[in-house]
Amino acid sequence: MKNYLFEIKEGLLISLKAIRANKVRSVLTTLGIIIGVWAVVTMSTAIKGIDISFQEGVSSLGSDNLYIDKWSWFNNDIPWWELRNRKNLTMEEFRKYKEAAKLPLAVAPTMGTRQTIKYEENSVDFLIILGTNADYIKTTNLDFSDGRFFNELESAGSRNVIVLGSEIAKKLFPRGDAVDNYIKIKGRKLKVVGVLKEQGSWVMGDFNPDNQAFIPIGFLFKYFTRENWGTITINVRAPNSQSIEAVKEEAIGIMRRVRGLKYDEINDFSVNQQEGLLGEIDKSVGVIQVAGFFITGLSLFVGAIGIMNIMFVSVKERTKEIGIRKAIGAKKRTILGQFISESAIICLLGGFIGLLFAMLTALIINQFLPTVIQADSVILAIVISLLTGVFSGLAPAYTAAKMDPVDALRYE
Amino acid sequence: MNINIINIERVAKIYQVGSEEVHALADVSLKINENEYVAIMGPSGSGKSTLMNILGCLDTPTRGLYEFTGVSVSNMSDNELAEIRNKKIGFVFQTFNLLPRSDALHNVELPLIYAGMPNAKRKERARLALEKVGLADRVDHKPNELSGGQRQRVAIARALVTDPAIILADEPTGNLDTKTGEDIMTLFAELNKQGNTIILVTHEEYIAKHAERIIRIRDGLIESDTRISGRIIPNGDSMLAP
Ligand SMILES: Nc1ncnc2c1ncn2[C@@H]1O[C@H](COP(=O)(O)OP(=O)(O)O)[C@@H](O)[C@H]1O
Ligand SMILES: [Mg+2]
Repeated sequence: MKNYLFEIKEGLLISLKAIRANKVRSVLTTLGIIIGVWAVVTMSTAIKGIDISFQEGVSSLGSDNLYIDKWSWFNNDIPWWELRNRKNLTMEEFRKYKEAAKLPLAVAPTMGTRQTIKYEENSVDFLIILGTNADYIKTTNLDFSDGRFFNELESAGSRNVIVLGSEIAKKLFPRGDAVDNYIKIKGRKLKVVGVLKEQGSWVMGDFNPDNQAFIPIGFLFKYFTRENWGTITINVRAPNSQSIEAVKEEAIGIMRRVRGLKYDEINDFSVNQQEGLLGEIDKSVGVIQVAGFFITGLSLFVGAIGIMNIMFVSVKERTKEIGIRKAIGAKKRTILGQFISESAIICLLGGFIGLLFAMLTALIINQFLPTVIQADSVILAIVISLLTGVFSGLAPAYTAAKMDPVDALRYE
Repeated sequence: MNINIINIERVAKIYQVGSEEVHALADVSLKINENEYVAIMGPSGSGKSTLMNILGCLDTPTRGLYEFTGVSVSNMSDNELAEIRNKKIGFVFQTFNLLPRSDALHNVELPLIYAGMPNAKRKERARLALEKVGLADRVDHKPNELSGGQRQRVAIARALVTDPAIILADEPTGNLDTKTGEDIMTLFAELNKQGNTIILVTHEEYIAKHAERIIRIRDGLIESDTRISGRIIPNGDSMLAP
């Protein structure tokens, strides 16, 4: 046992010496390993980031929500022209639905428009202004860092009040004094009544509440758009996730009645659900994963072939050395160990360089996604490069180990 | 006391080259005892190196018996042969065969590494061996920083360091000038005087004269085996530390 450890240690020292003697060649041949390790670590870092962002983003929407909409989030079977030809959802239909629906916790209509918002010399262009009513806040998990959502009175009266997402508030009011000040949209003055707590999600982008503002839907129709210019979306909050299917059934039933659909007519509206969104995200993460593992596998394979090749060259070049070592008593397994550990060290070296690049890349990714390199992907990288090294060193090392000492010594 | 070290009986080594059989060794029997100093002589291609490789357990005979220090090695595995080479045999080659990237100390250390000796102990042993061949001040020199004679001394130190039963030298002066070769021969004589068994392969008469017994081979057969009287006993300053 002691002897084995000893041989391993000596093998490592010999390998380091050989690698140092061929620095450039060693680094060049590890390119495949470097790229492979970089790809696998970067990919898992990015996927982790995407996962975290989506989880955060989705939970800020609320996980028990349904969205009755003209559009389907996933146009699975329905062709897009059919979706386009659907009738817009109207406020009248919303009122009828609200009247009839017994199961939801809260329902609220929403319609978005893009506008420029100004406060003194600060402005934010082209942000999403969501028109809705006071019940909207009950359909979400949003919290306030300051102020409140507009109330029943304000929304019913289409008052000039506004609630700002945290990013918008920060841009317009760097000193944090948003509440009770008046901002301007298209020359209209609106009073800020509340600022939302930061949601901190990147992937949702413009649809992140951080980058949105909320006003009474009546005010929106009056000054910024017209009710019949687009469709509204009805946000529906189920009491809990168990009841979400029942709420959906009910919503479909009511909406069919409201729209007067006959039994053989298909729905001309969609009831969207985040669950589907998560599934969709999983699907695209899956695609990234498959692509990433393909790239990783390919570059590791190319890397392994490269290492194997260079190890064969190295064995050939050092035939005489092998002969000398055998003459003075190196056993087969000693020679085997020497070349395998050499190949493993070269690959580990490549792995560490790849890891280094991956860390730099992670710093860049970190600008967009809340993520850092995971410990398990570091371990994975080390194991992968070690295994690649051992695997690609096997055949050349075996060639070296089974050399005949007399022939090897005669080699010039 | 004549303790037998080498005993080969009717050994042959036959190479198949194409359809032709090359009898590098045809039929050789030979006994060598402890503390002998034997020169194997013969023209080029006569089978000297082949014999040497078999005696050194680097190669196995096609047929015949080989007992080394009383143990039959004919049926030993590669690993067992490696162990014998490591512990009981010291090689000295014509072309020195040092590891070019390693310094003198590490070259001499190498057999002890394979024997599994701990670091401190083997460094000490290697240093002593280098001292013995007069290279105490060259331990950290790489082979390309040493002269031919010095390289061969490193090789001899490497052969000595395990305290082997026998030292085998295949044309050790072949790549050296006459003067340096003579120094190396003096070193061998001293080692023999200290009790080492030495087998020397050479094709040069005056080198063979250093030995006490000359075995002449030709075409893979022993032609003569004589103890010589006109042996050169080196005089002058001893090359060895006392
Ligand atoms: N591996 C081999 N294959 C074929 N023939 C060989 C081989 N090794 C040696 N021989 C032949 O065996 C004979 C003896 O060779 P060798 O022992 O090297 O001679 P010496 O050392 O006396 O010059 C030569 O004819 C040589 O060509
Ligand atoms: Mg020869």
